[in-house]
Amino acid sequence: MTIRIDKNLCDGCGKAKEPLCVRICPGNLLYKDIDKKAEIRDKGECWDCAGCVKECPKGAIEMYLQPEIDGRGATLRAKKKSEKVEFIIKSGKSAC
Amino acid sequence: MKSDIQIVELETDILVIGGGAAGCYAGIKIKEEDEDVNVLVVDKGQVERSGCLAAGINAINAYLNPGVTPQDFVDYVKKDSEDLVREDLIYTIAQGLNKATHDLDKWGLPFIKDKEGNYIPKGKRSVKIKGESIKPVMAKALYQSGARVLNRVNITNYLVIDGKVRGAFGFSVRENKFYLIKAKAVICATGGASGIYKPNNPGAARHKIWYSPFNTGAGYAMGIRAGAEMTTFEMRFIALRTKDTISPTGTLAVGFKAKQLNSLGEEYQKNYSKKSTPYRLLATLKENFEGRGPCYLDTTHLDDHKAEALKEAYLHMSPSILLRWANRGVEPNEEGVEICGTEPYIVGGHAQAGYWIDQNRRSTLEGLYAAGDVAGGAPKKYVTGSMVEGEIAGLDALEYIRSVEGVDVDKSIVKEEFNRVVGPLNREKGFTPRELEERLQKLMDEYAGGISSNYRVNETKLLEARRLLNSLKEDLVKARANSLHQLMNFHEVVDRVDVARVLVEHLLWRKETRWRVYQERTDYPKRDDQNWFKFVNSVYDSKEDQIKIIEREHKGIGDLDDH
Repeated sequence: MTIRIDKNLCDGCGKAKEPLCVRICPGNLLYKDIDKKAEIRDKGECWDCAGCVKECPKGAIEMYLQPEIDGRGATLRAKKKSEKVEFIIKSGKSAC
Repeated sequence: MKSDIQIVELETDILVIGGGAAGCYAGIKIKEEDEDVNVLVVDKGQVERSGCLAAGINAINAYLNPGVTPQDFVDYVKKDSEDLVREDLIYTIAQGLNKATHDLDKWGLPFIKDKEGNYIPKGKRSVKIKGESIKPVMAKALYQSGARVLNRVNITNYLVIDGKVRGAFGFSVRENKFYLIKAKAVICATGGASGIYKPNNPGAARHKIWYSPFNTGAGYAMGIRAGAEMTTFEMRFIALRTKDTISPTGTLAVGFKAKQLNSLGEEYQKNYSKKSTPYRLLATLKENFEGRGPCYLDTTHLDDHKAEALKEAYLHMSPSILLRWANRGVEPNEEGVEICGTEPYIVGGHAQAGYWIDQNRRSTLEGLYAAGDVAGGAPKKYVTGSMVEGEIAGLDALEYIRSVEGVDVDKSIVKEEFNRVVGPLNREKGFTPRELEERLQKLMDEYAGGISSNYRVNETKLLEARRLLNSLKEDLVKARANSLHQLMNFHEVVDRVDVARVLVEHLLWRKETRWRVYQERTDYPKRDDQNWFKFVNSVYDSKEDQIKIIEREHKGIGDLDDH
């Protein structure tokens, strides 16, 4: 499992020095790239804690299972509503 | 690049290394007891999502439900761990479990409760929570306590002066800063070690493991290098987990009463004498060896409502399994969940590898404490047990520092550690951390009882592991790193090699099989209480580069103040 960042939705948390996902990633895997959007250094280093998925205010990050472990396109996103988190799972049928 | 790194000096009364369950609680309890004491918690990640609890957890797995006594808890852990444990440590953990749990509740962690407000038991010694937020909740309490927090700093070694631990060195993984942190006492709470063995999954899925891949044994390694006594590394922890997504199985087996079935549909655990944690793993491995695999946890008995509740429970701890169901196009009650063993971990909160400590969680080095996964002798302490150890260590450190004076640090030892730490940044050629990591994982897998060798070891194989580890250690000085992130990855390998070397010596020394699967010697297949009902400990001599084994007798519960 790893993450995919939708560059159309990510705004790099505006002027913040550190986007929220970059701030919390336990593996120090995310950074702000040259286009001022969040990027992951190496998808293979992601543990799948989903911290960034929950934290992203734009809902721009989704998780998926790698093909190596039978990933077929299903994704997980999350919306944070005050203290609660709502998860959204999509089956892989229409995805890549 | 090395020349751009600035040396920053900090000073504190008590330095806590690691902001997980043990470290956060240590910081909070010290500040509650004495708000004037300066406490600094340093974390390699960011305390809000660091360590093994980053994804969350759906139960408090060490809690004494009504009717369960601290002695019952000790008896359970003892039985599950082939009798050879530190009862004194386990008893003192048991005494504090419920208070730690109530603090989590008070801080706002969502517990599942009945109409009267009582916790809902998951099993005898566990209660259900909706704990995806456990780390943010702990971190908030830590910040509110007044403890200082330094995130994104990888601690690399202790500052040892006249044999006493008086601080630590480290570097920022994001800024060009090298830290010298002086302290009167240090509490090590860095967690255990994953990534020593080749993992279950290949390639880009390699970090799809159970324990955090970012917990790489720094605390053990620093203690080893400083000459602290370590215990029972040979009792590794290998978990029974869901295949591919490596999600915990207790949720299914205990929380949702799923039965273990083999491919013939037989409830195979009935054919094995013991039902303890390692024996459920052993039974599953045996069914596979003997051709009755794959094995499953059967979830087909769940009604739709329960199946939804199961999904919800996993969302709070290991959401990847929901993607597996989605990819397969099934609901959790349409087919069983296949199970397997993980790669071996070194983790004192589940098995008992770690620092040899006294009841106050003092290590054998003056000024140094250990708590949580990095502390040995007390298996199954989990989240709340780690918190209790943090509290015990913190409160004792508070007393200890009253008689400790500040120290002067010789510049030469700062320079020496600086050069050791940042050295790879200056090399343009050499091994990458990833290459060294894979070399370590392969040799441990093949010669020190990894997945591909069915977790079994014998003397000849272990001697080969020793040889390969020694040559790997020699090659570590030929590594290169082109960023601070890679520099962190490099030190994560250095630390795991030091842990692996000690592990192999422990596995070689114990000439019996005490902990099936975790410590399985094919050349000594029986448990031998007459000769081996004792602890295998070790101390590393850095000058001679030798690991010396010390045998320690089992003393039972001993004298506890209020037992």
